[in-house]
Amino acid sequence: MKTRHQRLLLIAAALAALALIVALVFSALKENVAFFYSPADIKANKAPKNKLFRVGGQVEVGSLKRQEDGVTVRFIVTDGIECVPVQYKDVLPDLFSEGKGVVAQGRLNDDGVFVAQEVLAKHDENYMPPEAAQALQNAHAEGIGRSRNRCRIPGA
Amino acid sequence: MNNRYLWLFVAFALLIVLLAVGLTRDPREIPSPLIDKPAPEFVLPRLDNDQPFTPKDMAGRVWLLNVWASWCASCRDEHPLLVDLAQKKLLPIVGLNYKEVRGDLSLDATKLALEAEKREAAARANLWLATHGNPYTLSILDLDGKVGIDYGVYGVPETYLIDETGIIRFKQIGPITPETLEKKLLPLIAQRDQKTED
Amino acid sequence: MIPELGLFSLILALPVALCTGILALWGAQRGQPAWIALARSGTVALALLVGVSYLCLTWSFLQNDFSVLYVARQSSSSLPLIYRVAGVWGGHEGSLLLWLVMLTGWAALARFYSRALPDALRARVLGVLCLVAAGFLLFILFTSNPFLRLIPGAAEGRELNPMLQDPGLVIHPPLLYMGYVGFSVAYAFAVAALLSGQLDAAWARWSRPWTLAAWAFLTLGIAVGSWWAYYELGWGGWWFWDPVENASFMPWLAGTALIHSLAVTEKRGSFKNWTVLLAVSTFSLSLLGTFLVRSGVLTSVHAFANDPARGIFILAFLVAVIGASLLLFVWRAPKVGLGGRFALVSRESLLLVNNLLLAVATGAVLLGTLYPLIVDALGIGKISVGPPYFNAVFVPIMAPLLFLVGIGPFARWKAASLGEILRVNKWTLGLAALAALTLPLVYGGWRPLAALGVFLAAWIFLAATLHFVRQARATQGGGGLLASVLKQSLHFWGMHLAHVGLAVFVAGVSIVGAYEAEKSVKMAPGDTVGIHAYRFRFLGVQSVEGPNYQALRGEMELSENGRAPRRLFPEKRFYHHSAMPMTEAAIDAGLWRDAYVALGEPLDRERPDGEWVVRVYVKPLVDWIWGGAFLMALGGLLALLDRRYRSRRAATQENTP
Repeated sequence: MKTRHQRLLLIAAALAALALIVALVFSALKENVAFFYSPADIKANKAPKNKLFRVGGQVEVGSLKRQEDGVTVRFIVTDGIECVPVQYKDVLPDLFSEGKGVVAQGRLNDDGVFVAQEVLAKHDENYMPPEAAQALQNAHAEGIGRSRNRCRIPGA
Repeated sequence: MNNRYLWLFVAFALLIVLLAVGLTRDPREIPSPLIDKPAPEFVLPRLDNDQPFTPKDMAGRVWLLNVWASWCASCRDEHPLLVDLAQKKLLPIVGLNYKEVRGDLSLDATKLALEAEKREAAARANLWLATHGNPYTLSILDLDGKVGIDYGVYGVPETYLIDETGIIRFKQIGPITPETLEKKLLPLIAQRDQKTED
Repeated sequence: MIPELGLFSLILALPVALCTGILALWGAQRGQPAWIALARSGTVALALLVGVSYLCLTWSFLQNDFSVLYVARQSSSSLPLIYRVAGVWGGHEGSLLLWLVMLTGWAALARFYSRALPDALRARVLGVLCLVAAGFLLFILFTSNPFLRLIPGAAEGRELNPMLQDPGLVIHPPLLYMGYVGFSVAYAFAVAALLSGQLDAAWARWSRPWTLAAWAFLTLGIAVGSWWAYYELGWGGWWFWDPVENASFMPWLAGTALIHSLAVTEKRGSFKNWTVLLAVSTFSLSLLGTFLVRSGVLTSVHAFANDPARGIFILAFLVAVIGASLLLFVWRAPKVGLGGRFALVSRESLLLVNNLLLAVATGAVLLGTLYPLIVDALGIGKISVGPPYFNAVFVPIMAPLLFLVGIGPFARWKAASLGEILRVNKWTLGLAALAALTLPLVYGGWRPLAALGVFLAAWIFLAATLHFVRQARATQGGGGLLASVLKQSLHFWGMHLAHVGLAVFVAGVSIVGAYEAEKSVKMAPGDTVGIHAYRFRFLGVQSVEGPNYQALRGEMELSENGRAPRRLFPEKRFYHHSAMPMTEAAIDAGLWRDAYVALGEPLDRERPDGEWVVRVYVKPLVDWIWGGAFLMALGGLLALLDRRYRSRRAATQENTP
């Protein structure tokens, strides 16, 4: 009798632990997933406020500007239709370059500037991060026959 | 069949289905939205005589637009194939030289004046064509890559098949391989030629 | 001609692998001695053919034969010799060939070190390995031929990606593949046991040393890869939860569970089905990792250039390998008897919890890795799952597991008393708690997570030491304690060394995670930036020439209280054959901390001698991470050298000359 109680207790404890872990995994997943948005999505207010997400596209040529402190940089990410200003306070990856694809992860601030915590460029010279390529492709799908908005470069 | 381990199969099958769907979702395999749409207009200077070129100049003909740059390593792989294709004289091939100077990260083009950049680009492009052979009926220079953006270029090389009415019929991202040439490009070209003859 | 010889050898290997595999399995089923005997020579022939093919590819690299497409893509005549040798596995095709070399090499080893096995079982093990090799041969020959000719040949190669031109490339992939592929032997043993229906303690004992070897190599491989990323990427991180890293970590977690569950199966005959399932899963996860890395379904910073045909092939291969073994398992497993019974608290139950936690951790990594794929497949959107998810999940799963690592060795088989174990450990527990309360203060502030890490690390270390000493004392003969310590079995030494390695690793991870400091600053020559007691003085940047690159080399003077200043030379390299610059960080490594400097960009590209953006880090105990992993691997290797795996062989060798 005693061993049977013990086993029941064990099974109950194991099930409880399992439920706890499953809950933990899914809540962690829910909170730490970064969705991907294109500059066009952001302009259309599809991107969340105060939540981490990713933006991708091409770095607008001529938009990279270093701020006073020398470390903070600003540049514009475009999908060929819309533009989003991005601010990043760290060293850019080696492969970051104007006119090339980029993916940045961070949040949108109240002024509509995307404050990046992380900037990624793929380790390959010719190819873009696929998400960035996708953003450009989608933009083209919608933008055929429409004139492209040129990005206004702040301070230029 | 009553077996307490059967659920393993179900889980495994689900995983495989997921992976299979994932394969079809390969971001690099998504067909270009430009397919069956008119080729975007542009005006760019020719490499040989600096005259303006626009896709309208090719109206009534089936032609290839091949995006390349001398700094692009995959272009070198692809090049012999293009030279072969050109020798068959099936169709005109237009080379769009993409960001010859700016795309080369080992150079710094930001301080270069536009004219100087153009001279540099033309010199580098000509040297490359002289070394590796010139398959192009003509080449054009896209210094800042703006036309590239309109075409959705996201990796060099890229190739577009544009038909006699100026519609893009096929797009190859990355180098053309003998397989894509045989199985996709050549049949499409043959099909188009037939239509023009009809 | 040499590349053709390589290709020919590879083509010839395919029928050899297929025939050996099929005949060996069929022969073992039918009891045909001739076919069973064929397995032995077939396995050796296969290894030789694949080895020749591999040497041919290496020869093409050494001769700069740029008429071979793969060589032209991966190498150049200015590439230093060592990277021409290692460049063979720098790309998809060659790394697959290396994989195959290791697989057939393991099979050959299994042929020579399995004399103790019954002939039929041995033929089955070798047969399964040959069939797996045949799958890889098909894959290489049909989708990834490294000997493809480039006609006309290129005058010069395109050169190896500069990112890969590093000692890391020389050692990381071979170690990692040794691990990945090594699990194929454990897999082959499991399948052979299922086929023969002989799932018993003997089977567990035979497969233990192989599993330990594979696990030790995988541990080393992952550690070297992590170290490489740390100094090469210039971001100062040591683990990014990138899909490619996860692809190697999942088999590691499953493999760790496997070596523990094999212990129960060998000693007590329990967990037999579970152990078999783990052996199958571990190798399946290795294959799944290959699929994820090479098919391009997931985006990662170091994924291979991909090709959908390869993805489809590996998927089909996965279905064949995993599907067939699962089918076998589902058919056979219900007939396998249960092993010895055990109490609620016992060595068995603790190892069961260990296995469950490791399995859950594997599942959590798998879910996090595949989740972007799931979301994409359902058409909800494109997402990425970042390190915060993995960190949030891992700490609560690992903390209880780490606590049990200390308790486990004290628990007796069948039944143990938790009260007794805790009573024996009251001092070790107390000391660990004291360490957790005080040590973090040394680093400038008490943080709960760091304290938890220190507690667990100290606890594992102290408990392992106590257990070792108690065991030595209990078996002490006339020779004194030291003699008794040295007399302990290698298996016992190995277990405790691996656990201590884990403690070292945990200490490193917790301290560096909580107390690393970094600064990204603009610096002109002569400027100084300080972190804690460390001062970094920037002395400027000079241009230097490398063998196949030009570099801007910064000079940084590092001084700390009471020690002579040292010079650090971080670089920004521009390889001739590549358009991309490469950051080479400079590290002053030490037992207690690393000082790490990386050059960002010059403020004005025209004036590299002027101001630069520079990133500096001070990372306490970061080297303990890799040191701990090294100890773990060493422990695994010690354990597999234990006499009891050898003596049995020697004993039977005499019987079968």
